[in-house]
Amino acid sequence: MSFDFDAGKYAPYVWGAYAVSALILGGLVADTLARARRWRRAARPDASTETAP
Amino acid sequence: MIPALANPDRFMAFSRWAAPLLGALAALLLAAGLVLDFTAPPDARQGYAVHIMFIHVPAAWMSLFVYACLGGASFFSLVFRHALARAAARAAAPLGAGVTAAALITGSLWGKPTWGAWWVWGDPRLTSVLVLFLLYTAYMALDAAIEDEARAAPATAILALVGLINLPIVHYSVVWWRSLHQGPSVLRAGGPSLPPVYLTPLLIMGLAYLTGFGALWLVRIRGEVWRRRAAVMAMRAAA
Repeated sequence: MSFDFDAGKYAPYVWGAYAVSALILGGLVADTLARARRWRRAARPDASTETAP
Repeated sequence: MIPALANPDRFMAFSRWAAPLLGALAALLLAAGLVLDFTAPPDARQGYAVHIMFIHVPAAWMSLFVYACLGGASFFSLVFRHALARAAARAAAPLGAGVTAAALITGSLWGKPTWGAWWVWGDPRLTSVLVLFLLYTAYMALDAAIEDEARAAPATAILALVGLINLPIVHYSVVWWRSLHQGPSVLRAGGPSLPPVYLTPLLIMGLAYLTGFGALWLVRIRGEVWRRRAAVMAMRAAA
């Protein structure tokens, strides 16, 4: 088993596709975690004394 | 299992351990899938561009699966007026829009070296997937536009249910009409036509996307539950 990263003339298409996928999926993970954290903080019983999200 | 999880407290207890478990499983499957992906030989006809398949096809599968989840949750939200079903529908929409955008862009990047075109207007598969993306964005726009939750829930649910008609159109578009897009090579009668060296990493990547969606969906639904609790607290504080 050996890795092959030599995309040759297809490099812009292949690595472009992987970069876009990583950006979108990474963005979804970051957005999901940030929203959940924000609303969990807002729903804490002592949250009424804090700044609203 | 689903009726038991309809109780928000039970759902929160379940998702507390299920979400990180699914996330860890997704990370492991993604790592295994990528190893098999980049050790697979170039295709005789497509060359190295075949590697785009391992991220394009799972994103395309998920674009349909997530919409089916959105439609199912919308049905329960509309018929039973269940708050958790409404939260599940709201949580699915941005995830579906994301994977559909990934499918469209990676498909375009795959189309250029293999078909010689980034995009072909009027192609039934490409157009129906674009419609799917627009349905996700329309759902989110309608949801954001209606402030009253009592009106937003049925309106968005009806939109999501009407959009379900697009799912068989996307899947069978390459069978019903002449399309530049290739026909089904995995989910087809007679079994997959791909050789194992491509089929195995593709299925593992598909499972990685599926478990990853499961983890993110659960976390987003948890966020929705907390958002509603925060809104109730704010109303009580204002009263």
